[in-house]
Amino acid sequence: MIDLGFGPDEVAAIQLSLKVAIWATLAALPPGIAVALALARGRFWGRDLLNGVVHLPLILPPVVTGYGLLLLMGRQGWLGKPLSSLGIVFAFNWTGAALAAGVMGFPLMVRAIRLSIEAVDTKLEQAAGTLGAPPLWVFATVTLPLMLPGVLAGAVLAFAKALGEFGATITFVSNIPGRTQTLSGAIYTYTQSPGGDAGALRLVAVSVALSLMALLLSEALARKVGRRLGGVS
Amino acid sequence: MGQAAAALDLDIALRQGTFQVEAKITAGPGLTVLFGPSGSGKSTLVDLVAGLKRPDRGRIAVDGVPLVDTAASLWLPPHRRRVGYVFQEARLLPHLTVRQNLLYGRWFARRHLAPDSPTCDSVADLLGIAPLLNRRPAALSGGEKARVALGRALLALPRILLMDEPLAALDEARKAEILPYLERLRDHAGLPILYVTHAVAEVARLATTVVMMDQGRVRAIGTPSTLWSRPDLMDLTGGTEAGALLDAVVGLANGDGLFALDTPAGRILVPHLPAHLGPGSRTRLRIPARDVLLSDRPPQGLSALNVLPGMVDDVREDADGSRVVRLDCGGASLLARVTRTSATALAIAPGQPLWAIVKAVALDQGS
Repeated sequence: MIDLGFGPDEVAAIQLSLKVAIWATLAALPPGIAVALALARGRFWGRDLLNGVVHLPLILPPVVTGYGLLLLMGRQGWLGKPLSSLGIVFAFNWTGAALAAGVMGFPLMVRAIRLSIEAVDTKLEQAAGTLGAPPLWVFATVTLPLMLPGVLAGAVLAFAKALGEFGATITFVSNIPGRTQTLSGAIYTYTQSPGGDAGALRLVAVSVALSLMALLLSEALARKVGRRLGGVS
Repeated sequence: MGQAAAALDLDIALRQGTFQVEAKITAGPGLTVLFGPSGSGKSTLVDLVAGLKRPDRGRIAVDGVPLVDTAASLWLPPHRRRVGYVFQEARLLPHLTVRQNLLYGRWFARRHLAPDSPTCDSVADLLGIAPLLNRRPAALSGGEKARVALGRALLALPRILLMDEPLAALDEARKAEILPYLERLRDHAGLPILYVTHAVAEVARLATTVVMMDQGRVRAIGTPSTLWSRPDLMDLTGGTEAGALLDAVVGLANGDGLFALDTPAGRILVPHLPAHLGPGSRTRLRIPARDVLLSDRPPQGLSALNVLPGMVDDVREDADGSRVVRLDCGGASLLARVTRTSATALAIAPGQPLWAIVKAVALDQGS
């Protein structure tokens, strides 16, 4: 990374934040698309319940979500214990930060994707079916491309949320410099220490720049997709 | 194609809310029109053939291949039916180019490819869409979209082509673009076509057989000229716009610049012919009942060009009190609408010889 006067812990926090946000977004995409599909198209018992559970991280205090993750996925957690015996450890690890960030961004992602699925004209899928395409093929060649703008929007929202996640992360994996300390955690640490204003401002600038870049990138992608779909751009 | 099986053999029942559709149709090759007012169940029947709707009971077979048979618990999903469906709104895939749209069904039809199967290039040439291959649907006009939708269905090598009001959303000029392709398809491709419309002009121009639908049921099946001469079907065939459809062969122009059309009812002269009709070609002409005058003796000293002798074989009172008279003219039927007063004055009754004076002939202008 170019030396802009960042200290080693700051560089580590920036790199970790990017890594956490990217992994959180990528890992949340497949289940995000699946859940959005189930909510938009599914007719099954418990759909409203699933909708409620998906939205919980949005309405619960982040500390509660983080504590829930600790109970579930911590070293002694219901799922964390069997997983750690397989060598998959979330507690006090960057993977845990990614998990917390992913969970927090999940409802935003699902909402955006769900809207885009509901906007896909099922008549086009029917037409593809009459041309001989089996349902899975129709999904891959018609539904998925047409809902791409929503998938992109959902991914960017989740990425931005993951980049700024603080409460659930610090509760679940703490704020260990070089290990689980993300940008938000580093800024928080600076604001808690005397004379940390300059450092906090530096990282705030980085945070703003990264979020803006993500937003601009998504706008450019959305324009490109929009042009491909023949909409006005 | 020479099979003994009917192109389409359908006998189904379906209830949708309070709307009940019940139909039994056997149609031969060529173009079968499902005709009737909106809400008569035409589109439902097409959706049943395509597998987009499921019948409560019944069976459908195309060219002898069963697609659904509730008694045998047989149900083929739409993608295994090999029906080419041309929707009214074209339904092109917006994220694909015209070429990709055309070839979308090709992969699934690969096992049915024959040496004489249409190719992307041959279909593009036939439909005049070769210059559009690299465009996206959003950049096409309505007529172009309709032609791409037709080409896409053809390239999927269907057993039957289903067309649900493919021209309804188009203006007259765009319709004129597409009608010749449909005629060519009907006459040369050997592909049965099931065609939904409520436009008499399309029936006159395209139909081999007409299935008259009304309130979810089949009222009548027959050739256009037979059905359009039946007074009992006039509520469907046109009401005040009712008229006979006559098959005609184009003859040679005479010295006065008039064109002769030979119909079973006699020779009819017209001042203009659409460009697509040359000597010897077949067409149908429509003679509106309100444009036919009746006379009880051979008329003389009239400016009318076309006078056809005939015999009254049916008189029916219409809802507005006027009489619709059917004349048998050499085996073909002509309809004339006259007022009650005139009917009484001429004492019109079945068996009476009359002369029909045809004031106007509607000939499909290729538009």
